[in-house]
Amino acid sequence: MKIGVCAKITPDADARIKVAADGQSIVLDGVKFGISDYDEYAIEEAIRTKEKHGGEIVSFTVGDASADKQLRSGALALGVDRSVLVTENPGDPLGIAKLLAAAIQKEGGFDVVFTGKSTIDQQNFQIGTMVAELLGWAHVTQVTALEFEGNQFKATRNMDAGIRQVVAGTLPAVISCEDGLNTVRYAKLPDIMKAKKKPLDSVGAGAIGGDAGAARSSVGNLAPPPARPAGRMIEGDAATAAKELVRLLRDEAKVL
Amino acid sequence: MSGILVVAEHSGGTFKATASELLGKASQLGGTVYAAVLGDAPAASLGGFGASKVFQAAGDFGTHDSGAAADALAAIIRAADPDIVIAPASYEMRDVLPRLTARFDSAMASECNGLRIDGGKLVARRPIYAGSIESDVTISARPAFATVRPNSFDKPASTGASAPVESVAWSATTPTTKVVETLKPETRGIDLATASKVVAGGRSLKSKESFDSVIRTLGEVMGAGVGASRAATDAGYADHSEQVGQTGQTVAPNLYLAIGISGAIQHLAGMRTSKVIVAINKDPEAPIFQHASYGIVGDLFEVVPALTEALKNA
Repeated sequence: MKIGVCAKITPDADARIKVAADGQSIVLDGVKFGISDYDEYAIEEAIRTKEKHGGEIVSFTVGDASADKQLRSGALALGVDRSVLVTENPGDPLGIAKLLAAAIQKEGGFDVVFTGKSTIDQQNFQIGTMVAELLGWAHVTQVTALEFEGNQFKATRNMDAGIRQVVAGTLPAVISCEDGLNTVRYAKLPDIMKAKKKPLDSVGAGAIGGDAGAARSSVGNLAPPPARPAGRMIEGDAATAAKELVRLLRDEAKVL
Repeated sequence: MSGILVVAEHSGGTFKATASELLGKASQLGGTVYAAVLGDAPAASLGGFGASKVFQAAGDFGTHDSGAAADALAAIIRAADPDIVIAPASYEMRDVLPRLTARFDSAMASECNGLRIDGGKLVARRPIYAGSIESDVTISARPAFATVRPNSFDKPASTGASAPVESVAWSATTPTTKVVETLKPETRGIDLATASKVVAGGRSLKSKESFDSVIRTLGEVMGAGVGASRAATDAGYADHSEQVGQTGQTVAPNLYLAIGISGAIQHLAGMRTSKVIVAINKDPEAPIFQHASYGIVGDLFEVVPALTEALKNA
């Protein structure tokens, strides 16, 4: 199988994110970057798919030229065969999706492309589905189990109200990966050394025939969420505190 | 024509609470409000929440085929020609709206908790970076797309008005997937994502049995949805689909009870916009207390049964 995977470089999940003085961006100093958590599931699933069905894995990233570091340690060292880094900075999600779709099309011949369900920075839940639309492929999002047979796939996905659905379709498809799909592996030192020699192509939009177009939306006015009013501690033994809590929820907060 | 098109979701013909919530918000934003309905549901009744006209596409969308839903909604958008399309941030619409955004070469604001119009453009407020920051997304293309987290706005009562319904023809063009099996959770009454009250338990519950007897019993008495921290779902005390947090569900109920949950950033990301937060924890230093409207420091195995009892008698 020819397997693609889309991965974004974002601040680490445990990074303390602060808003810059201009309120339009975040403070990047001292922030550690890595591959977005859900995209790690996508990379892991790509590797597991190759282990089972054979083939080749190519990863696609739209981001700064400096992303090569995280791609080597977080993708190539784990088992991705080649990485394509599109060094552009589109202003909106559709722009990113257009460049990814162009890069995937330029490379060609894919059976499946994995993405994370969303990225942990902007949390848009958009890219995978947009890429599927731009390529004219099927897609399944928030997938927690997956199998392939010939050119068919069967995916289990999360739905509202705890419902899960098993959906079947025909490849090629974009599969967006949810927590629970797999457990990610970590790179071993020899693999990190070997990854330094794996192909990583940094290309501009022109080289892949892509065009993000002018941004259709902009992000600004960043601020911490509004502060909550100070809370109240309820004293007393369990029975007394429980009764007082019920009274407060009913008469003061009016939520019962 | 111009205006705001609200995607009104229903479950087997009964409109979800998000339908009235989003129609109510759209009416406040100004302009003409339209509703879109996929499949069989009493579309005309949406007039009671402010829809001046309802566009309905026939088809069996109950089996969830996001490609078909995208094709049908695309036809409705062409018929209604709205400036703005608003849908609930449900799993289905998360799947459908990005396809439409790409199809109409536009932009989308996902998982919003605030909407306004500024200079004729949609400006959507939404959390980013696990909810530690909020941002505005300003959309300059048309139609502007947005999904809204449930319980972000007040739900109006129906005026009883009826709206005209236009049937919209559509054809399938998107590669489809077929639902071959639907797996329902074993223990679930109320949909966690849209529940107005949520009771959530953490690692301190110590076992699945005590999670059931302490948390689920309280949930039943309160008529609340049941949630869990990541630690609790990882330990198998609750189902993965019940996880509240950055890697699970995001909820914003009127009342959220965090029981035996310390309040890690990952958990806060999923519930910090709840209106009233109650924390019950034996550790007075637990970060959850900084976000709580009401806090009780104590042993949850004593406090929660007492609370369940007090609620029964209330």
